[in-house]
Amino acid sequence: MSKLASSSKEMSAVSDTTAQGGHGPAARTSTFKKLLRDPQFVITASILVLVVLAGIFAGVLSHHGPNDAELSAINAPMGTDGHPLGGDESGRDIFSRLLHSINTAVISALIGAGVAVVVGVVAGLIGGYFGKVTRATTEWIFNLVMTFPGILVLIILMPVTGGDYRATMLVFGVLLSPGIFRIVRNLVLGVKNELYVDAARVSGLGDLRILARHVLFVIRGPIIIQTAFLCGSAIAVQSGLAFLGVGSLSTPSFGAMISSGFRNLYVVPTQFLWPSLSLGVMTACLVLMGNSLRDVLEGGQPRPLKMGAGQRSAQDAATSELAADESALLQVRNLGIAYAAAAGGANEVVRGVNLRVARGKVLGLVGESGSGKSQTAFATLGVLPNAALVTRGSILFDGRELLGLSDAQMRPLRGKEIAYIPQEPMSNLDPSYKVGSQLVEGTRKALGVSKAEAKQRVLALLDRVGIMDPQRTFDSYPHQISGGMAQRVLIAGAVASRPRLLIADEPTTALDVTVQAEILDLLRDLQEELGMAVLIVTHNFGVVADICDDIAVMNKGVIVEQGTAEQIFANPQDEYTKMLLGSILDEDKVREDPPVVAGAAGGAIEGGAA
Amino acid sequence: MIGYILRRLLAGVVLALLVTLITFLLLSTSFEDVAKTILGQSATPDTIAALLHDKGWDRPVIVQYIDWLGHGLTGDFGNSVYDSQEVAPAVAHRLSVTLSIIIPALIISAVLSTVLGVWAASRGGVVDRIAQIISLIGYIVPNLLLAIGLVWLLAVQLKWLPATGYTPLSENPLGWAKSIVIPVIALVIGSVASMSAQIRGRMIDELSKDYIRTLRTRGVSTMSLVIKHALRNAGGPALTVLGLEFIQMLGGALIIENVFALPGYGSYAFNASLQGDIPLILGITVFGVLLVTVVNLATDLVNGWLNPKARLM
Repeated sequence: MSKLASSSKEMSAVSDTTAQGGHGPAARTSTFKKLLRDPQFVITASILVLVVLAGIFAGVLSHHGPNDAELSAINAPMGTDGHPLGGDESGRDIFSRLLHSINTAVISALIGAGVAVVVGVVAGLIGGYFGKVTRATTEWIFNLVMTFPGILVLIILMPVTGGDYRATMLVFGVLLSPGIFRIVRNLVLGVKNELYVDAARVSGLGDLRILARHVLFVIRGPIIIQTAFLCGSAIAVQSGLAFLGVGSLSTPSFGAMISSGFRNLYVVPTQFLWPSLSLGVMTACLVLMGNSLRDVLEGGQPRPLKMGAGQRSAQDAATSELAADESALLQVRNLGIAYAAAAGGANEVVRGVNLRVARGKVLGLVGESGSGKSQTAFATLGVLPNAALVTRGSILFDGRELLGLSDAQMRPLRGKEIAYIPQEPMSNLDPSYKVGSQLVEGTRKALGVSKAEAKQRVLALLDRVGIMDPQRTFDSYPHQISGGMAQRVLIAGAVASRPRLLIADEPTTALDVTVQAEILDLLRDLQEELGMAVLIVTHNFGVVADICDDIAVMNKGVIVEQGTAEQIFANPQDEYTKMLLGSILDEDKVREDPPVVAGAAGGAIEGGAA
Repeated sequence: MIGYILRRLLAGVVLALLVTLITFLLLSTSFEDVAKTILGQSATPDTIAALLHDKGWDRPVIVQYIDWLGHGLTGDFGNSVYDSQEVAPAVAHRLSVTLSIIIPALIISAVLSTVLGVWAASRGGVVDRIAQIISLIGYIVPNLLLAIGLVWLLAVQLKWLPATGYTPLSENPLGWAKSIVIPVIALVIGSVASMSAQIRGRMIDELSKDYIRTLRTRGVSTMSLVIKHALRNAGGPALTVLGLEFIQMLGGALIIENVFALPGYGSYAFNASLQGDIPLILGITVFGVLLVTVVNLATDLVNGWLNPKARLM
């Protein structure tokens, strides 16, 4: 989900840069068109425009001044001649006061949101763009501002502001600014690391121009969205203060009208109704419009799906032209996996994959990132992301169909029969729990043993995977151990229950070169020791050469070539395979043959396994 | 650990000094207006000058501040200009009324928001839509209208509860409970709207993280993934939100107190400010800043305890 969201953000960043390159009008028009197609935006924006216009033309729409009192109009009912909505307790025309209150609300919103945006953006740009000290200082100040109870500050400062709502909104704007500051600073930090700002700096643009040209361009979307919400807050707070009686009595305001109507609730309930309704409609429209803007400018928010429902499969998923192969431990046939595409419809990232892992053998699934290797691995484990849909095919494990199984049906297999080693060791350990307790939890679930027994097992395994002081690692938090150590921990977690199939997703990619060799060696040893089959997903033919019996090469969601390791290395058929092999050969010339170095280094440590 | 707490409290005291100094400087511009208000009809340039001298308000501001501070350090924050009440006990009393509304409201909001947020993030579908709608309604309806609407419904129409007024807890626990029900509901609806949305968002983030997937591949149950792992990691940020919510309620309670005629901290601040009761305003500011400091410190301490990385610093 988050990946999809971030990729859509990247896409919008791309369209931003192209907008600068001259395709701008088209991109902008399409965003605008999207907004116009969204009924929620059209309705709320229209209401707001009408309300604002009514305020601007208050003098034309009503001949009464907001503070003109007529004795005859005191508590006049609705429809009285000349007073369409009646009069209030002082004999002032309610319709006129409503119209003028709109102006007060609009001015409050403009001042409050305006100050918040200006202060927040300027401070955010400074705090995000310049060095550590500036960042820490601005952050400290805004944290401070945020921890002050807003309305209370406004009240305490009343003797200073004199209760004038414009001065009050000026202060309130500053109190609202931390939200904007946060957003801008985070975006600036993100943009700063992106290439195009570096490129701009290299090409000699000054700091100020970089800020103005690039950063402001990217942050405008979130700011437009936030402005809608800020306007809503400013109007609500101004009304609240006016309700309390802060400020000049001659300023017409929804809050003052509500207060007056509240006192008269039993006499003329409609006096209370109109200002409340107007205030409610204005704030509601602003919030709903903000939501529409967010959906259109930033893409839909992530919609969670039911946890533990199992991965989603299309109804007619199990179709395949390949016959089932009883001798294989794992057989993937004609597997298709799709994600919803931005333009509607589905985008198939895995398109009819066939794989076969023999019992006790090692299959290398090789391909560049984005080729669908990891998706295939996740589907086998039943842990595809919520957004993914299995469109077709079959996954047979030991003759049993895995596709369509619920999470509860998959659970007995996970850990015990099929285990998994992830790519990035650090992000795959729960940061809040000690390493040991995480391993114990999985081991207990998979084997159904007691806590003490599971602990003994885990300690022995930590020792087995080459960790010097198992008890100390057992009692460490993930952030206290190194990446290589974390990967050993994850391997221990995976093999704890002697699985029959181990799926390793780029198990060495995130590690240092020297550690890579040791980990591969460990995997090979464990594979031989436990007699388990291994599906190793990698982009690196060096890894494959070292450990695999069979190789499948994947490109753009399909398997382009499959065979024994010898066949593929000696006589690659497919152009893509040749290209991948070619790139590793080039690497060898520079790095002096990594696979051999890997074998030697690993052998020295593990006691000459090769 | 104790050193850390002491450092933080010291920072809080420095902050209180800074904030009161700024407040003092700002308020010092309105001494004359305040004198005029106190004197009312009898205000002439001479009587104003006499009053200013009498109160010591004609001295240089910094001298006055240091004088005030010296007394403040011994717990003496002076007396109200109008009714000569001692500031410290009066503010403490009013604060206790507000806290007796805010704390129950906060506890209820925290529980409801967690349940709603976790439920929405882990069940999705209809449950999530309902949670979103509840949150949206809380956002859309201004607190003021909500409070008045509740009075109208529960007190005026249904006559279940008293519309306004406050009974101290020590006097009559049942009466106290009855008098805070509507204010608490009004506060809870507003804060559940924002807090449940925050918790939902944090939970969606956590549940899509790598370690959840890895634990799942080891056969860990969905219940454990959601509660033991994801919620534990979402707990820290949620706690920060809770701390901020407490502080916002301290301010937001002002309108509630006004609608329900509760003799709380907010309405006290409001009256003091309206009258320009400078010693009272300063006392209210000191208590406010110290309360904010303590809440922030407590949030950070619990956060440190929840997050092993922060614990070791």
